[in-house]
Amino acid sequence: MSILVLAEHDNTGLKSSTLNTITAAKEIDGDVHVLVCGSGCDSVAQAASKVDGVSKVLKCDAPEHEHPLAENIAPVIVDLAPNYSHILAPATTFGKNIMPRAAALLDTQQISEIIAVDAPDTFQRPIYAGNAIATVKSSDAIKLITVRGTTFDAANAEGGSASIEDVSGKGDSGLSSFDSAELSKSERPELTAAKIVVSGGRGVGSAENFAIIEKLADKLGAAVGASRAAVDAGYVPNDYQVGQTGKVVAPDLYIAIGISGAIQHLAGMKDSKVIVAINKDEEAPIFSVADYGLVADLFDAVPELEGKL
Amino acid sequence: MKILVPVKRVVDFNVKIRVKSDNSGVDLANVKMSVNPFDEIAIEEAVRLKESGKATEIIAVSIGPEKAQEQLRTAMAIGADRGILVQTDDEVEPLAVAKILKALVDKESPDLVIMGKQAIDDDSNQTGQMLAALLGWAQGTFASKLEIADGSVKVTREIDGGLETLALKTPAIITTDLRLNEPRYAKLPDIMKAKKKELETMSSGDLGVDTAKRLETLKVAEPAQRSGGIIVASVDELIDKLKNEAKVIS
Ligand SMILES: Cc1cc2nc3c(=O)[nH]c(=O)nc-3n(C[C@H](O)[C@H](O)[C@H](O)COP(=O)(O)OP(=O)(O)OC[C@H]3O[C@@H](n4cnc5c(N)ncnc54)[C@H](O)[C@@H]3O)c2cc1C
Repeated sequence: MSILVLAEHDNTGLKSSTLNTITAAKEIDGDVHVLVCGSGCDSVAQAASKVDGVSKVLKCDAPEHEHPLAENIAPVIVDLAPNYSHILAPATTFGKNIMPRAAALLDTQQISEIIAVDAPDTFQRPIYAGNAIATVKSSDAIKLITVRGTTFDAANAEGGSASIEDVSGKGDSGLSSFDSAELSKSERPELTAAKIVVSGGRGVGSAENFAIIEKLADKLGAAVGASRAAVDAGYVPNDYQVGQTGKVVAPDLYIAIGISGAIQHLAGMKDSKVIVAINKDEEAPIFSVADYGLVADLFDAVPELEGKL
Repeated sequence: MKILVPVKRVVDFNVKIRVKSDNSGVDLANVKMSVNPFDEIAIEEAVRLKESGKATEIIAVSIGPEKAQEQLRTAMAIGADRGILVQTDDEVEPLAVAKILKALVDKESPDLVIMGKQAIDDDSNQTGQMLAALLGWAQGTFASKLEIADGSVKVTREIDGGLETLALKTPAIITTDLRLNEPRYAKLPDIMKAKKKELETMSSGDLGVDTAKRLETLKVAEPAQRSGGIIVASVDELIDKLKNEAKVIS
């Protein structure tokens, strides 16, 4: 039995989400292969070949893969599918966009965002914003799966020595093309991989005020997150959103500031090891999941905290 | 331009659901049901395209129980022109939903299908991508902005690294993210008008679609609960706890 993992990367290096997905593949048990679809992506294939537990890397280096368009990548997966029992991708916007397209072409019911492997055909996944965990058993011949990174440790990036094999692209579908991107630039750690996350909500009040959240984060070497309300109000960009329909994080320490704790937000952070809440409303639901709650005005408490660290 | 908008009847986003004690599923008795919030954003977008003269007709489709008529009426109150209910009491998986929608697209020939990126009950985030695959159409998922031109549409997408804009050939599938628009509240006269709009009912069998399930749910369980924490009295106490008790900062 062989398992194929679709690598997420930027044509230069592997994204950490790929390493978590490889760990999930290893738990299913089988020979783990990694598919790198990119353009000028040799360094990515090299990196994938060194990941512990990977036995083969398939490199599809073609101009139409410069940007990861689902219309171009799904057919490559479909071509390779007969050789595999399982095909996995990270449950990031990358994997969520591409995998269902491949699944439908293979007439397979995808299993989204698994958090545990019970058996090669049985998996656990959260439903209803994580308020219930479903155990599902698939009867499809090939299992297409996306993997929630926070529940599987990253595979060791060193220690492997897989062979690299070229596979040819299927050409450009002509259906879609890349126009432009506005990517957030930051010196801070990546939100979903950070050890500490400091998040601000509507209580922060404005984009300017968000500087106090960022200052605290920088003091702690943390990533910055936000609630939907803070993103909707334009305090921070969309990629800061933590929650059911944003990013899922599980750092060692999550500090929620001026966030009420709606179920949709909790869905994205309640598996953090230690949760701190700073909120002036002692009735705020965030306190029910917090290990340490501080009932205070954030404009007093956050600068004080930052100053004393 | 004709637009098809699928709408799902789901538990309202404000409801804190309970898992049944026999672990067979989630207790949905007497729970408030609504239009899936992302689908409401999809309807709103279609209605705005119609208001700006770009769209001519909006068809709302729901696959679900008889009561999903309520959600179709809501869609029509916001501005959909007519509704189609593919009635079933079974749980229909995303792949089967996509197959039903494909059959309806073949019948209705829309230029655009705008749908939610995920349903907030099963959180699958699959159906739009699957429908695009079955039709061989382009897909613009997690959209926060649409610009319609002749034969193409520019879609700005919310991705993990920020925003990305793609040009799609139409017909195409769009799935909505939260920032695409803020749906309006339907006004009473529009709610009254919606009651008179055409609502057609059919079954998946009428469309020749096999909806047999591929996934068997063995168990639905409560997630691990966090044990309650403490309230600290001051910033100093918080720092002390984080350093000496939780040991998460040094
Ligand atoms: C389909 C759907 C998907 C969603 N997805 C997500 C998601 O992925 N992530 C997400 O976060 N939300 C999501 N939401 C939104 C969610 O329901 C809440 O509306 C949102 O999380 C609220 O954000 P908030 O806590 O910042 O704002 P509020 O609920 O307004 O809370 C603000 C908090 O700040 C406190 N506060 C105000 N001023 C101060 C001060 N000076 N000092 C200290 N505290 C202060 C208040 O006491 C309050 O508790 C979703 C909703 C829907 C319908």
